Amino acid sequence: MKIVYTDVLIIGGGLAGLRVATGVKERGHDAVILSLVPPKRSHSAAAQGGMQASLANSKMGEGDNEDVHFGDTIRGSDWGADQEVARMFVHCAPKAIRELAAWGVPWSRVQKGDRTAIINAQKVIISEKDDAHGLITARDFGGTKKWRTCYTSDGTGHSMLYAMDNKAHQDKVEIHERMEAISLITDEGRCYGAVARNLMTGELVAYVGKATTVATGGYGRIYSVSTNAIICQGIGQAIALETGIATLGNMEAIQFHPTAIVPVGILTTEGCRGDGGLLLDKDGYRFMPDYEPDKKELASRDVVSRRMTEHIRKGKGVKSRYGDHLWLDITILGREHIEKNLREVKEICENFLGIDPAVSWIPVRPTQHYSMGGIRTKYTGESQTLKGLYSCGEAACWDMHGFNRLGGNSVSETVVAGMLVAEYISDFCDSPESSMHIHSSKIEMALKYERDKLEALLTKQNGEDAYVLRRRMEEIMMDKVGIFRNGKDLQEAVSELEELLKRSKNIEVFRSKSRAANPALVNAYRTQKMLKVALTVAYGALLREESRGAHSREDFPARDDENWLKRTITSWPDENQTMPSVSYEQIPVGNMELPPGFRGYGADMTKHHHETKMRLATVEAVQEKLQKEGATRFEIQNALMPYLDKLPKKYRNINERLGENI
Amino acid sequence: MSEEKPRILKIAVLRFDPNDKNDFPHMEHFEIEEADGMTLFIVLNEIREHHDNSLMFDFVCRAGICGSCSMLVNGRPTLACRTLTSKLDTNITLAPLPLFKLIKDLSIYSGEWMRYLNEHLETWIHDKEKEQNFDKLEERMEPSLADEIYELDRCVECGCCVAGCGTIQMKPSFVGAVGLNKIARYHLDPRDKRSDEEYYELIGDEDGVFGCMTLLGCEDVCPKDLPLQSKIAYLRRMMVKTALKN
Repeated sequence: MKIVYTDVLIIGGGLAGLRVATGVKERGHDAVILSLVPPKRSHSAAAQGGMQASLANSKMGEGDNEDVHFGDTIRGSDWGADQEVARMFVHCAPKAIRELAAWGVPWSRVQKGDRTAIINAQKVIISEKDDAHGLITARDFGGTKKWRTCYTSDGTGHSMLYAMDNKAHQDKVEIHERMEAISLITDEGRCYGAVARNLMTGELVAYVGKATTVATGGYGRIYSVSTNAIICQGIGQAIALETGIATLGNMEAIQFHPTAIVPVGILTTEGCRGDGGLLLDKDGYRFMPDYEPDKKELASRDVVSRRMTEHIRKGKGVKSRYGDHLWLDITILGREHIEKNLREVKEICENFLGIDPAVSWIPVRPTQHYSMGGIRTKYTGESQTLKGLYSCGEAACWDMHGFNRLGGNSVSETVVAGMLVAEYISDFCDSPESSMHIHSSKIEMALKYERDKLEALLTKQNGEDAYVLRRRMEEIMMDKVGIFRNGKDLQEAVSELEELLKRSKNIEVFRSKSRAANPALVNAYRTQKMLKVALTVAYGALLREESRGAHSREDFPARDDENWLKRTITSWPDENQTMPSVSYEQIPVGNMELPPGFRGYGADMTKHHHETKMRLATVEAVQEKLQKEGATRFEIQNALMPYLDKLPKKYRNINERLGENI
Repeated sequence: MSEEKPRILKIAVLRFDPNDKNDFPHMEHFEIEEADGMTLFIVLNEIREHHDNSLMFDFVCRAGICGSCSMLVNGRPTLACRTLTSKLDTNITLAPLPLFKLIKDLSIYSGEWMRYLNEHLETWIHDKEKEQNFDKLEERMEPSLADEIYELDRCVECGCCVAGCGTIQMKPSFVGAVGLNKIARYHLDPRDKRSDEEYYELIGDEDGVFGCMTLLGCEDVCPKDLPLQSKIAYLRRMMVKTALKN
């Protein structure tokens, strides 16, 4: 029986997990990372287009600051986000990106003087300021008022992840590769670590620590086609759910990215459209301006994905044996630009489609991309209900994205949340309440429990085939819990998923009986977990009778703040349940800095909350009064919704910007 | 192609489970009907799902970005996920990348090798300066230099260059093109304050840049088309200069 003790156990070696690890190390705590793969192979590496931070260095970013980034993020979330968390995030994003610059990320820089760019299909000359030369530059992304997305060509996630992992090497963070956490160890309402399975040898190891952090990314692979890496299966959310204590938030909030290639679903970055690429239909017609005359191709992701789907439904899609698709045209950007700033896209087109995107259009359609939902946490990253359990990055519902995440805000969240949560965890570990009271027999029981479950899978006879169940689940999610949703389909999805979950208790691992490296065994236990996650998504979607952000109900097309300005909270208190328990957490209007309004896409059908009008009047009155008194933007912000006291002291300072006098 | 009868692909896979005392390395054969746009990622998953669920292999991003799925395809190291079957003959032989510890079948423990390499070469920014203040404007960098660093930063540690290296076959302690490229990358980076002498300490020997026999298999097989040949040559000149200076 192997037990490894540490201070902070981190499950997941992507950007968020690595940043937590280096942060707690700096504060003097030991950290162990468990990772399915070498950290440099994590899904963070696939983030292409960039990281949002309001540096305002480039010409088209002039005037940008935390306030503008905040407004974009909240509107993007369709007011589902936690505004205090979003404030903490936008305030720390510039610090995080500068830190990464110091750690080696070769961010693309501002080149002073004139350059040509494509905006709205026109060639435009942009003159960059002399004093911005050599600072970090930014490109345009959807749903943002300023060019704010900082990048390294279109390999941003790769460069960030490599810098972060190298930093972890430097800090001597212990990383246990190919170790999969298969359950969390809890005792008397406290999390004490995890039982992990070595994917090479099959050995089960208990990792015990004062604090446990789940940073395992999203759950896109419950869908049959997803841009996500194949390891993004929601196992982190599932093991949290299986504690019966931790809760998940807004699991139904699933983002579809407008431009994944057909049929394999590999992403082409939003940077394609940010840099001037267009969406065309079967006639080569640019249709987005008809739907969204203002933002066109650069409307928020959820909006573009819906408009594309609508257009395909009108018969304007390009027919293919893999279903209808549309075209992404980046030929107008020119070869030089593509080979410099969109080279991953070029490689993907060459290798998977056999085309050269400098001369040919790219076949694309909206595809599952991001999980806004996840382990529900406080602003500290700690579970609201399970002490000692933390989560950050895509795995968590922190909740800065609400019902739709802006492009460029995800990698940004990973490092910002990572650096903040590392501080809160360190505070916890420094406090007497972190001392551990778990008896070793409890740890042994947790190990035995998992060993018995695996043994049952291997010895079961005449059972179910995990692949059959999993493929069916993926199809259901794809067909019935997709971009447009309706009550009938969702009800069918929930009923059938519940049936699949019941059947999954009877899974048998056919043929391959090895207890060591055994992909069949892995698929068996993951399928059981994924079905629970899928149910939280489908059931949450069925119950939410409104449309908000990426959750779009054809039978309830309006955003309904009066009844639905709240988060869906799911849990699984009894392991014999076949459906998740659901409750709701109100999102109070009364302390919002940016009261709910109209996002500016399509017709405004919002059913407003009865407090919205009053809050709006209060906010406007405060702004007007303070502006008259000559207050700074910081003072006005603080009067509306103070948040700085929530931040660790070291991150409270004002961010310097070119041309901003503070 | 959609009009014609699909080809039947004959896939031969080198299999071995080191955890099984009774197993020994052997070839197994599978037949798969080819589909439009089929990659080896799709082929191997089909084998696992419909023919043999114990077959081990590694895919993560399946988009040619993460470097997990390098293997020998008809004897040549490459990324399997982005290898289209249409570009291959119907007889396809797959084997694990050599030189790395074998986990099982096509799965190798390259992570351990790369981690050791990174720790050994200290592939991070060395800056003994005082604490930096991230509230202030970032340090400036010439845009063209940032681009040049990114060019070398694109390595995905897939191990293809290691498998394609004649020197490592004879001298396993050689850091390979992957290691030398990393040193070239940090040497180029003004944020890394290591001196030429310190770099010499790291790679100025037979395990480093003077071990390379210039066979250049590395550059031939690099899936990211990194300029390995010119960087190794550059490092060698630099190291000679440093050696003569001292």
